[in-house]
Amino acid sequence: MHEGPLHPQFENLDRQKDAARLGMWAFLGSEALLFTGLFALYAAYRTLYPDAFAAAASHNDVKLGTINTFILLTSSFTVALSVHEVRLGRARRAALLLLVSILLGFVFLGVKLTEYAEHFREGIFPGPSYRYEGLTGYGPRLFFTLYFLMTGIHALHVTAGMGMLAWVMFGAWQHRYSPLYHTPLELGALYWHLVDVIWIFLWPCLYLMHA
Amino acid sequence: MTSGTYEADLVGDKEVAPPSHVPTDALVDYLRADRGIRSWLLTTDHKRIALMFYVVIVFSLILGGVFALLLRTELLTPERTVMDAVTYNRMFTLHGVTMVWLFMIPAIPNTFGNFVLPIMLGAKDLAFPRLNLASFYVYLLGCVVTLGAMVWGGADTGWTFYVPYSTTSQSAVVPVVLGIFIFGISSIMTAVNFIVTTHTMRSANLSWFRLPLFVWALYGTSVIMLLATPVLGLSVIVVALDHAFHLGIFDPALGGDPVLFQHLFWFYSHPAVYIMILPAQGVMSEVVCTFSRRQPASYAAIAISSLGIALVGFGTWGHHMFVAGMSEFDANVFGVLSMFVAIFSAIKVFTWVATMHRGSIHFNTPMLYFFWFLFLFVFGGMTGVAVATESLDVHWHDTYFVVAHFHFIMVGGTLTGFLAAVHYWFPKMFGRLYSERMGLLTSFAVFTGFVLTFFPQFLLGNAGMPRRYYSYPARYQWLNVLSTGGAWLLGGALVLTLVNLLVALFWGRRATANPWGSRGYEWMTPVLPPKTNFAATPVIGRGPYDYHRPEEEAHA
Amino acid sequence: MNETLRRLLFLPQQRSTVAHDIDSLHYFVISVTLAGSVLVFLLAAIFTIRYRHPPEEPPTPNPEANYRRPAVLMEIVILAGLLTLFLTWWVIGSRQFVRLRVAPEGALEVYVTAKQWMWKFAYPDGKRTITTLYVPARTPIKLIMTSRDVIHSFYVPDFRIKQDVVPGRYTTAWFQVTEPGSYQILCAEYCGTGHSAMRGEVIALEPSEYERWLADRPFTGGPAGEAYVEPYTPEEGVSPQMINLVNEGQRAAAEHGCLRCHTTDGSAHIGPTWAGLYGSIVPLAGEAQTVADEAYITQSMMDPTAKIHRGYVAVMPSFLGRIRPAETAAIVEFIKSLRSVPRQGPGGEDPGPVRMGGITP
Repeated sequence: MHEGPLHPQFENLDRQKDAARLGMWAFLGSEALLFTGLFALYAAYRTLYPDAFAAAASHNDVKLGTINTFILLTSSFTVALSVHEVRLGRARRAALLLLVSILLGFVFLGVKLTEYAEHFREGIFPGPSYRYEGLTGYGPRLFFTLYFLMTGIHALHVTAGMGMLAWVMFGAWQHRYSPLYHTPLELGALYWHLVDVIWIFLWPCLYLMHA
Repeated sequence: MTSGTYEADLVGDKEVAPPSHVPTDALVDYLRADRGIRSWLLTTDHKRIALMFYVVIVFSLILGGVFALLLRTELLTPERTVMDAVTYNRMFTLHGVTMVWLFMIPAIPNTFGNFVLPIMLGAKDLAFPRLNLASFYVYLLGCVVTLGAMVWGGADTGWTFYVPYSTTSQSAVVPVVLGIFIFGISSIMTAVNFIVTTHTMRSANLSWFRLPLFVWALYGTSVIMLLATPVLGLSVIVVALDHAFHLGIFDPALGGDPVLFQHLFWFYSHPAVYIMILPAQGVMSEVVCTFSRRQPASYAAIAISSLGIALVGFGTWGHHMFVAGMSEFDANVFGVLSMFVAIFSAIKVFTWVATMHRGSIHFNTPMLYFFWFLFLFVFGGMTGVAVATESLDVHWHDTYFVVAHFHFIMVGGTLTGFLAAVHYWFPKMFGRLYSERMGLLTSFAVFTGFVLTFFPQFLLGNAGMPRRYYSYPARYQWLNVLSTGGAWLLGGALVLTLVNLLVALFWGRRATANPWGSRGYEWMTPVLPPKTNFAATPVIGRGPYDYHRPEEEAHA
Repeated sequence: MNETLRRLLFLPQQRSTVAHDIDSLHYFVISVTLAGSVLVFLLAAIFTIRYRHPPEEPPTPNPEANYRRPAVLMEIVILAGLLTLFLTWWVIGSRQFVRLRVAPEGALEVYVTAKQWMWKFAYPDGKRTITTLYVPARTPIKLIMTSRDVIHSFYVPDFRIKQDVVPGRYTTAWFQVTEPGSYQILCAEYCGTGHSAMRGEVIALEPSEYERWLADRPFTGGPAGEAYVEPYTPEEGVSPQMINLVNEGQRAAAEHGCLRCHTTDGSAHIGPTWAGLYGSIVPLAGEAQTVADEAYITQSMMDPTAKIHRGYVAVMPSFLGRIRPAETAAIVEFIKSLRSVPRQGPGGEDPGPVRMGGITP
């Protein structure tokens, strides 16, 4: 069982691991602020158009939204499990769990695309092309523009996260990780959990807050 | 006051013989360690990366300065002088964008922070050297994209991109804001690197309260960069989307609120000014202690106020928007918070001056820059408190008073700090000494040019001249002429400064390892630091400002 | 004293009821600022001279380098004093700010519309002016302002008032002029090419003269100072310069071949008729539509395929680079002058394209 490469700038592996973890947490902080800005925009416009936003949120398919929540939660669970497996020395099993997570990610994106398609069919587009007759006025249009912006940026992050998971999945499959060294896997898992946590906030804002 | 030779002051400057098992090529200095262009372009050595940043940053300063000179020349007469209104508007936008993102934000952190931070911590490099190199190339890409937009005439929105003008202007808004987004990525990379390095790469025995104050300043700066820049990224992305696809998030015709953009923008851009000033304050801490040969009058005061500025600075953004249409209550909240943030800088100023008390002061070029900084930063900072006073800001907002205020801080503060750092760390980076006499002279010329340029602008603002004005009522002319004269003088002085340093670079006297007799850790390396900074990891058994001890080598 | 300081600091005249108090706070703040900076600088200079290093500094370390901490108490006292000072400024400043923002009861209301690049004023009784705002002196005036396009800012230095003017909402400002006269209005929020030319004038008249102006009777105290060229809008009546612009537009339209495809009498042709076009709703591809304002008309000249009128074919060439800006503006003015000419389509709408057979472009 190898202990992973020691990069020359570090004194020892412990420091290297600490640095990697802190680096990822710091980066996650910046990602959290990005979404905080989006939520702030949402909050500001919700105060301006409370009823319209509530009505528009009810129009979103709460079933699909909730399904997506469970999909992401499950995928976070499988990712956590994969870290656990690597710690027990079962790198191949970890790789499979990561594959499951990635597939769940695909399902998430697929559900989102289905929702988008349904919206487009009804005439719900972002910005000036919005033309859904059922909900007219400034409020619903702004809600859906924000909806597309927020879920779109989130989906980009989901995709990036899936890329990271794929990277560490290959690493795990090739036994590059061991109980003594699996930092890249931990970091990828951390990023994926953030992507999940952000969805946990998107979900009530965009699907559940009907009143 | 000696005229620059420090041999007489040197105290026991001994080179430590490395332990015999260390290979001697580990001691080759970083400039000569590897050869060839690839060894520079693909380097992971933080010192080489710092030099690469240095070159591009100086170029950016020159470029931004050229834009400024063109602007000021246009303002010599009340109507058209050398360019039309459209060109003028694009030029002040470019000037602002270039100075803020190509110069001010990266200037001290990415040049001097990169160079000295690991050495000050007793580390061989930053925590993530490849990320460091990436941050340079991302920065370079940002420069290419933003400046490349000049091909399409650039943007004409001002560096603040207020909507709806920025989302409807026919100028090249999208490439410019995309360039800014890219700069943001480089900032965040730097911030992550510095924060992690400071936490995890201090050598044994180096507790937080034994770190040089420059490290604290960089740390505070990095926290702001990390947390504020994403919001800037969001703002410019929305502007780009709005411009390209008319998404209309801030368009009143689609129910949006244009003032919301201002909130989002200033949430970053106010902390951004602390990104620009904190590193300069850090440099000043180092300079004052070195040239007074004293430890700081209160180390904790300066260290904690760096964090205080970072924290409280996040709560004050609304003071840019007192007349934008916010409620009186909101204005009062932002007003009072702005008063608090000024106190932290006041703490630093008093501590620096107190440090000089009973010191043993050497009057060198960096110290002269500290003098200018003291006056300009205090005056500029207090005019900041003045514009934070709500009723006064109603008259001053968007006039030349504000322009003068922020140039006092940005140029009088950050640029002065940058030039102090340039002269202070020159021997350590290049192994040469510049002409002290020329250094003092150019410093004085810079100060004079600066005051002549920007002091009249306070009066112009009082008189009511708004900013971003291409043409102006004739009664404002003579103050404008004065300001333009000062600008040319300032430009010339900066050129002279550069020439002095370039001459020193190639023909200057060779420096010793510690020409200033500083106790700072970075001066304990050989004349030019080796590629990995130390032959063996130092165990630092003393504080960074122990001037009561004889100069000694503290390495294991 | 007030006058001396005012002149020293280049402040404009104090011609509103709040100006004097604001300037008093200004003097307080600025004098402390100047004194503080000079003091700090002098102290540093004194220390430099007094504690300069001795010329034959022995190579022993500085015995004074360590601090015995007498400075802490003094620093705390100074900082507490400074904070008290800043908070005092905040208290006074915020009180004045509220006074600046809240108009007195019964103020005379004037509606202000800002657009690139002019100020338009409308009075409750229907009177309208451009660029020049007539008000009675010694009476509170409340401005209710909005913008037609981008953010502007209404600034009168002599009154010490300023308020951003935002599209899509109303903002307010108020003032009471202390003395009749002419006071410059400047736009203080960057709004594009004409930002620095977007100036105006407040003319404060004696209340009796103001009544005479209101009743369209001859009055004294009219425009003085810089002369402004009044921009053209159809509702205000046509000034001689503008008649020339409309003629210029007609000439340019003929010269550049516009009239080969666009009619001016409402009849159908290759392109949409210009009669009744300005201000109308233009149907676009799909379900979209837009308003034919200056922006749309100009865009149609420069980028004709961007927003084609529904039903028409994309045959119009671009005039980008082929037509001078002055001519563009003139053609727009010409089209505007035709806004009331009836169109021959069903319901007074555009009559739709004529097939191109037999027409040589």
